[in-house]
Amino acid sequence: MNIKTLDTTDSLIIAGKSYGSRLLTGTGKYKDLDETRRATQAAGAQIVTAAIRRVNLGQDPNAPNLLDALPPHEFTLLPNTAGCYNAVDAVRTCKLARELLDGHKLVKLEVLGDERTLYPDVLETLKAAEQLVADGFDVMVYTTDDPILARKLEDIGCVAVMPLAAPIGSGLGIQNRYNLLEIIENAKVPIIVDAGVGTASDAAIAMELGCDGVLMNTAIAGAKDPVLMAHAMKLAIEAGRAAFRAGRIPRKRYASASSPIDGTIG
Amino acid sequence: MQITLNGHPRDCGQGTTVTQLLHEAGYAGRRVAVEVNQEIVPRSLHEGHELREGDRVEIVHAIGGG
Repeated sequence: MNIKTLDTTDSLIIAGKSYGSRLLTGTGKYKDLDETRRATQAAGAQIVTAAIRRVNLGQDPNAPNLLDALPPHEFTLLPNTAGCYNAVDAVRTCKLARELLDGHKLVKLEVLGDERTLYPDVLETLKAAEQLVADGFDVMVYTTDDPILARKLEDIGCVAVMPLAAPIGSGLGIQNRYNLLEIIENAKVPIIVDAGVGTASDAAIAMELGCDGVLMNTAIAGAKDPVLMAHAMKLAIEAGRAAFRAGRIPRKRYASASSPIDGTIG
Repeated sequence: MQITLNGHPRDCGQGTTVTQLLHEAGYAGRRVAVEVNQEIVPRSLHEGHELREGDRVEIVHAIGGG
């Protein structure tokens, strides 16, 4: 069969590793670990983010934890630096993650500017990215949808650049598709929309624009039925990717008949 | 002697090693990472790393996050 959409060679390649799924998911905000696992499976996600936090001393150390639900031999863990507001904390967090995951190099760098917007602090992000790349990390970096900044992060050596579509958890969808297009057209590393997706059509639009993938958490975990939404997102990502590869028709102001004009009666 | 463990003061015996501290805290053999005074202490060195008065120790693990 020669249908491009079924082409198994259309993989997402990050830091030399190939992934069949272009939907990356977060693991926060779920009801429990069972729901986390079921939603992750319904999404078909292969790369899943995790946060690095102090253990809760005094609580049962043998309680099931995230790595039991999503074991590193089944999923590519993407430890993040969520909650870090400066480069120093972000770099420390990545080093802890590397130790925790036995030398694992792939990390999601996010350095936030303030709690209201959760917008990236781009100056601290650049500083942290430079240090992490120099230290041998494979850095997937959360950033604004600024094309110049995206290019600088790529130049530093980040393995993927992940612009926001809208503020984290806002569900506002793709707010500036022209900036995203500009970033995509000039990039040599994967561009992954990270944050802002609200529903399946948002994810499809990101993929139709030519994004290499989408990373989302709240849109799935916050839905009334997270597992069903995870399934919807999987379909949207696949549909959007197929439409991008198929090449859409140009937009026109006037109609163009679908049936032949020749041979009409009367 | 007193150390700070995950932001809280904690008493422990002189010469307590990272391995012993993990054991006392209930995290022996669990998948955690340890930092002392903002430097990683690799798992292979837990046994031999003796804590000192005033050390700031962090024990972390992975949890759900976006």
